[in-house]
Amino acid sequence: MAEVLIPASPSEAVSLYGDGAGTTVIAGGTVVMPEITYGRLTPGRVLLLSNAGLDGVTIDGTTITLGATTRIDTLAALGDQVAALATCADNIADGEIRGQATVGGNLCVSQGPEAPRGDLQGVLLALDATVRSAGADGERTEAIEEFLSHRAGRLVLDVSFERPSASAFSALDYPHTHEYTVLAVTGVRAADGTIRLAATGLAGTASRLHAAEALASDPTAAGAAAVGDCSFADDALASAWYREQTLPVLVRRVLNQLEESA
Amino acid sequence: MNLTVNGVDTTIESGPLTSLLDVLREELGITSAKAGCEQGGCGACTVLVNGASRRSCLTPVASIDGAAVTTVEGLGSPEHMSPVQQAFTHHYAAQCGFCTSGMMMAAQAYIEGGGSDDHEAIQEALGGHVCRCTGYVKIIDAVAAVARGESFDLSVTAAGTAMTNIGGMA
Repeated sequence: MAEVLIPASPSEAVSLYGDGAGTTVIAGGTVVMPEITYGRLTPGRVLLLSNAGLDGVTIDGTTITLGATTRIDTLAALGDQVAALATCADNIADGEIRGQATVGGNLCVSQGPEAPRGDLQGVLLALDATVRSAGADGERTEAIEEFLSHRAGRLVLDVSFERPSASAFSALDYPHTHEYTVLAVTGVRAADGTIRLAATGLAGTASRLHAAEALASDPTAAGAAAVGDCSFADDALASAWYREQTLPVLVRRVLNQLEESA
Repeated sequence: MNLTVNGVDTTIESGPLTSLLDVLREELGITSAKAGCEQGGCGACTVLVNGASRRSCLTPVASIDGAAVTTVEGLGSPEHMSPVQQAFTHHYAAQCGFCTSGMMMAAQAYIEGGGSDDHEAIQEALGGHVCRCTGYVKIIDAVAAVARGESFDLSVTAAGTAMTNIGGMA
């Protein structure tokens, strides 16, 4: 029988998490509960965040902060602040899953058995978000790219980013509502005019498309350049070949959308 | 732990990580919530938690301690069916019935949220629910009829034929 801890505040959550060793964190439960149900995970020590007070969206001037247990469906209301984030959130699974799954869970979820996961990662990468987390060496705030590269043993507290001047999102859609993101590209024009691009669904965690960013003024060339910067997963959702053919199209669409919103 | 299940205050004895689905079916004997895929993909286990439609298979019961849970049994009885139940009956919106409870709970949340009879909006609201008999057209028709505030003659189906043996109606 697992030891289940239910912290009642963010500080209690951090203290009970400690260095995270041997601890399974449950936020929305959409990923962990099936693991338990199907016997793939037998947790010894569980931190249940339902009452930890880590949810909520804060807008302070141009800085937007999403608490770790903010539900995905909450993000739809941010459409006038960050169109890409709202569009991406609306594209995730179905209404009931969006009402339960969380921002923090989406950042921490591991690669699934059959497909990449972490639909929001690409948007947050393109937004150049920073992640505040706690773990063995205490609290730390770092770029999301850094965080994704060593997220084991970290408890996400919140994610922050600056409101962009424009953003766009384009995904390879399946008719079935309940799928993980096969492939999606986010484009952001920052307040200083910098263009950032990132893709979700390539392989593993999401990644920035630096080569494409350098050619952002030419959407077709940028699309072609993106391919050279990426590796493509061959999995249950799509073949590597299909992803490779589709990525330039999504890059081009996103850059054209950004151009139109200028 | 405590839940108010269909209006009744209930003490829960199951362990804290037990899914709400297992609490309902195994501890409380409420079997309308179905154990379909048990990984959030089919919608058959959907119930209302504090009025929001939610996958009971993905919900550790400790995460909703103190909440109000509504299942199909809490919508109405065979003698006094709720508008959603009446609409599903009248429109023959059930075939094998396995998805029906989840569909009705999602429909209930949609109607309580002021949902319209727009078919696209209904499809989006029921988007996480799979019907393997593919009775989607009649299900959507039923929800649209409730959204329009229609009343239902339960002696005949929407197609005008005599009602036979759905939901205990004769």
